Amino acid sequence: MNMHSMRRILLSLVLLLGLPVLAQAQELIAGKSFGKAPNEIVVTFTSAVDRAVAEDPANYRVHEEQDPDIKLALESVVLAEDQKTATLTFAEPLNSRLPHVVTVSRLAESGAAATFTVMKPYLGYLLSILISALLINNFVFTKYLGLCVFFGTSKRKDTAKGMGLTFTLVMVVSAIMSWFFYQFILKPYDLNFLQIVIFIGLVSLTVQAVDTVLRKVNPALFNAFGVYLVLVIANCVIIAVPLILADNEYNFWESFMLALGAGGGFLLALYLMSSVRERMELANIPSTFKGVPIAFIVAGQFALAFLGFSGLTLF
Amino acid sequence: MATDKTSLQLVVNGILNENPIFRLVLSMCPAVGISTTVMNGFMLGIAVLFVQVFSSCTISLFKNVIHPRIRIPTYTLTIATWVTVIDMVLAAYLPEAYAKMGIFVKLIVAFAIITMRLEMFACKESVNASFWDGIGMGLGFMFGMMALGFVRELLGLGTVLGYDVLGFKPLLFFVLPFAGFFCVGLMMAFFNYVEIVYKRAKRA
Repeated sequence: MNMHSMRRILLSLVLLLGLPVLAQAQELIAGKSFGKAPNEIVVTFTSAVDRAVAEDPANYRVHEEQDPDIKLALESVVLAEDQKTATLTFAEPLNSRLPHVVTVSRLAESGAAATFTVMKPYLGYLLSILISALLINNFVFTKYLGLCVFFGTSKRKDTAKGMGLTFTLVMVVSAIMSWFFYQFILKPYDLNFLQIVIFIGLVSLTVQAVDTVLRKVNPALFNAFGVYLVLVIANCVIIAVPLILADNEYNFWESFMLALGAGGGFLLALYLMSSVRERMELANIPSTFKGVPIAFIVAGQFALAFLGFSGLTLF
Repeated sequence: MATDKTSLQLVVNGILNENPIFRLVLSMCPAVGISTTVMNGFMLGIAVLFVQVFSSCTISLFKNVIHPRIRIPTYTLTIATWVTVIDMVLAAYLPEAYAKMGIFVKLIVAFAIITMRLEMFACKESVNASFWDGIGMGLGFMFGMMALGFVRELLGLGTVLGYDVLGFKPLLFFVLPFAGFFCVGLMMAFFNYVEIVYKRAKRA
């Protein structure tokens, strides 16, 4: 191997390594993210762009990844001083949980349109599903589900804790099973109309399994709320989770997080309520309000408090 | 065992003596969640009436062939089938009302009241009696939902069925979703109060 060929190989190697950098240089977009306001998308260009072209809303086309036919109404585009950062302002707030596809035309030197997807970091997105199901869209206080069990089992802290944990367990297991059934049986074979029948069957199966296991593993816990385990079957919180994840086309981890958040939210609600109700036993309550009516009033106040979580965005 | 009540008594029983919402305290979720207007209550009431009547009839028709050990799963599947039917019918013909009720139509499958009626009544009685019991329970539920909706709509928006009655909005608070809790609690307390006053009057 002489010196000449060595140099040739080295050169091609450097070229090969350098190619991505070159390709990067031709890339128009350096960065993109959702803006601070709910109706903004911020796009950063690699080099300064023509102000007249970049500030013309007609050169942009934005839609949510799921429905390409619905074009989102763009109100204005403002280019920053450095001519590199453009802020797209929309007429309506964006649903930043969904990936948005943006197409920019006529800005690149070649005149070709550049298409890219704006979305949140995935882990943050998963966490936001969890937090949302736990606090913002708490199933008891903002979706008003599972109230029979909620008022029935929130008299004592111990029962409330056990009940909440059982619920979380049943929810997660049944949600995962429902997800598999929905993705691999109902959807491919066009059996979507059987949703309700299949999901309620799966939930009953899970409850039966938990019942059997609990009876053997922890008889004390079983005695504490064996009666309520039957109630779990006929409970809207549990059946609501599979229906929601099927409606939103969640993937596996998203479904898992939703079920976990919903169960945790239920546990939280039960625990909060039971601690108040334990104290209420000592309070002097008008006889007409004793029992269930005052529990409803307290739940209403909790719901008011949980209203404060709406609009909470962490990620 | 057959009931000795006439069909009229069965219906009245469902509406007054054993009203699902105010007397049995079952199916509270929709009572809190979507009783914001009379119309919402009426629509969900129709759906529940339909499911209750048809599942009651189905179960009572087949009561002799259902093995007691699998009766609960049978009830659940029967209800789920009828819920699927009403869910698809509403989605096709009344899409606007359907959108307002959201997930609650599908959740009729988990309403305790329906399963309870199947267990307590339909699996023992004739088809005819179960039919009237179903009508009574459905109407009772509808009545409860509409009563709640009436109070909330009147106090919150000053309207009834969308028509402006008061001309002003006394307490906008009542039409907000969470006010359902307060509304149900206050109404229950009211009924308790009536009961106490009634008993006291009887004793005197």
